[in-house]
Amino acid sequence: MTDVAIRTENLTRHFGAVRAVDGLSLAVPRGIVFGFLGPNGSGKTTTIRLLLGLLEPTGGRAFVLGYDTQTQANEIRQRSGALLEHSGLYERLSAEDNLELYGRIWHIPKAERQARIRELLTHVGLWERRKESVGQWSRGMKQKLAVARALLHRPSLVFLDEPTAGLDPVAAAALRDDLASLAAREGATIFLTTHNLAEAERLCGQVGVIRQGKLLAVGHPDELRARSGAPRAEIVGRGFSREALALLRARPEVAAAEVHNGRLVVDLRQETNLAPLISLLVGAGAAVEEVRKGRASLEEVFLTLMEEEK
Amino acid sequence: MIADIGVVLWKEAKEIMRYGGNRGWLSLLILIAVYGIFIPWQMGRAWIEEPLALLFWAWVPLFLVSTVIADSFAGERERHTLETLLATRLSDQAILLGKVGAGVAYGWTLTVVSMAAGVITVNLAFGQGRFLFYPLGAAAAMLGTSLLAAGLMASAGVLVSLRAATVRQAAQSLSLAVMLLLFVPIFGVQALPPEWQARLMTAVSHLNTARAFLLAMVTLALLNLALLTAAKARFRRARLILD
Repeated sequence: MTDVAIRTENLTRHFGAVRAVDGLSLAVPRGIVFGFLGPNGSGKTTTIRLLLGLLEPTGGRAFVLGYDTQTQANEIRQRSGALLEHSGLYERLSAEDNLELYGRIWHIPKAERQARIRELLTHVGLWERRKESVGQWSRGMKQKLAVARALLHRPSLVFLDEPTAGLDPVAAAALRDDLASLAAREGATIFLTTHNLAEAERLCGQVGVIRQGKLLAVGHPDELRARSGAPRAEIVGRGFSREALALLRARPEVAAAEVHNGRLVVDLRQETNLAPLISLLVGAGAAVEEVRKGRASLEEVFLTLMEEEK
Repeated sequence: MIADIGVVLWKEAKEIMRYGGNRGWLSLLILIAVYGIFIPWQMGRAWIEEPLALLFWAWVPLFLVSTVIADSFAGERERHTLETLLATRLSDQAILLGKVGAGVAYGWTLTVVSMAAGVITVNLAFGQGRFLFYPLGAAAAMLGTSLLAAGLMASAGVLVSLRAATVRQAAQSLSLAVMLLLFVPIFGVQALPPEWQARLMTAVSHLNTARAFLLAMVTLALLNLALLTAAKARFRRARLILD
């Protein structure tokens, strides 16, 4: 068994003149949560469709769990779970019947199926409402049920297209915990697309950034931040006067210094000792309460990548 | 494969029954009341004794299946459930045959139940102590023809539904087909010159009923096969998603 869950080689898909996926080469290790980030229309959903063998590529190849997406798509779908662009729930049916259907599709034995349905519905807080038609539910409840459906048969690989969209913060956090523990406990690989960069930063072992079908960057969130983001310092306090900022900006190691929401954010050209900068501020009359060193967030890295590509 | 077809059948049956809340059950009861009680009661003993009833039971499943089969793929596409279904382990054949099978099961079961209800109604109302029943050959022909008619409409319906953008479009196409099947022979015969009409009536009156039904059943079976093959050729996951 290979250690790579997904491998694509120059994967390409055109729709007429539009290159939805353009020469995508990617290797996603098994057992991690992989975040696929990109703006709307960047090719994320098309990539998932190609990986599930639902669309045929215009060029290149892809292997999922060791199977060729063009010739062994059924093997891939047998071992995968998916929450796609839409929740895909049958709204006339009850929550229980929706899961029952997918349990039958995957030939889960009756007793195991019933236990698993109970376990998942209880876990997402929907067990008491299992007999209700899904059509009457809120978007968040449907999303929780759809995620439960994708995990029902304990797949080796789960594709999740915007899984936390429509969930309240508590439910989104619970789902993130579930996904992380699923990857850790069952060795499942999770391929998720999201617009929520903070979520990707917290959850993903690796992220890939795509724009107009092209992969711009791939790696651990920390690697991307280190690669793209210069070091910075965030200083909490009072009295950051114009004079103090001017003094700060005059220092050679300082690239920029701005006050945002009462916090002084100092972008540095390189890793540097902050003590002289703090002394300078205090000398100019500022009261410093807290100093944090860090790098640009994944969101800033993402926006920078988008700007560079433009 | 059989188990997978069964899963799709189970899902389709649940969806039909849960249509409009629990209105699905009510619709079934109304249909059985009309075809199994009201019409036979109006027709009396002729309902069982006249060969025209055979034609009626060949038409009923066409109508019944046409009311549900338009939804098979167009409905899933409209409600955004199709792609998730296509992303499962189910094979193309299992999905396709499950949908066709659900249409056939719905149309044929209702027809058979209505036939049985019709026999009971006529016996209760006009039996006068005797058990009235179709001639056995006619009963077998009715069962066979109605099954094949249900299959014909289910295969045609799935093919139309695969191509239609919306359920409404699919339903309109199928209603038109059912109307054509009903009215073209009636008005077509009336449009013939009188001497041709007379010749046709003579030919029909001398027709061997058993042989005619056998011929009709073979024709229906061949049509079923052709439509199923066309639907199978049309069923492409990528095309269904991109449509």
